[in-house]
Amino acid sequence: MKKRVASPIVLLGSRLLSPYIMLFGLYVIFHGHYSPGGGFQGGTLLAASLLLIRISSGRRISRIQFSDYLTTPLAVIGVLIYFGTGLTALLAGGYFLDYGQLPIPGLDAPDLRYWGILIIELGIGLTVMAVLVSIFDDMIRGED
Amino acid sequence: MYWEFELILFFFLLTTAIIALESDDLLVAVVMLTIFSFLNALLFTTMGAVDVGFTEAVVGAGVTGILLVVAIYQTTYKTVD
Repeated sequence: MKKRVASPIVLLGSRLLSPYIMLFGLYVIFHGHYSPGGGFQGGTLLAASLLLIRISSGRRISRIQFSDYLTTPLAVIGVLIYFGTGLTALLAGGYFLDYGQLPIPGLDAPDLRYWGILIIELGIGLTVMAVLVSIFDDMIRGED
Repeated sequence: MYWEFELILFFFLLTTAIIALESDDLLVAVVMLTIFSFLNALLFTTMGAVDVGFTEAVVGAGVTGILLVVAIYQTTYKTVD
């Protein structure tokens, strides 16, 4: 814009703030099935903690933390987790995303629904985080 | 229930919206939109919709601000009209 100078104060503040945002995002994902929040909000918080480092430091430092070519495979893995869980329940005799029919031994139906929703939200959070970081990378491409 | 608190929040919501519309500098408009989203999240939480307010705070005040700042950084920060 006007004059671009790397500021160490901004980088230090972002480095102080970013791990706590990431920890809160993981908390929101793992408590999403019985409290407010869930996969989308937790994934957005994880993406915000990554974007804070990305916007405060340059390309060279932030690519060490989360690499450029890692976003699309992680998004695909999240979508595969989601549809894999749904299609596993479909093949085991229930409906699509019918968590009570998941073939995990040693668990009854309420525990199966508990773990099924947790697996689904892990996939959603992974996809949302990767896609938001990928949008930022595509917008910033060609600069610095 | 908390109608005084909601009245103050609505007043600041209108103020930030008008400043974001009438500002000449687009960076000021982005900051005002971020404050607008945060006040909106507080209003949703006051009305009892905790999940909607949480989503609004995370998406509107977190990621949208960063993406709009990047868009201004790629183009220009002055309005023509």
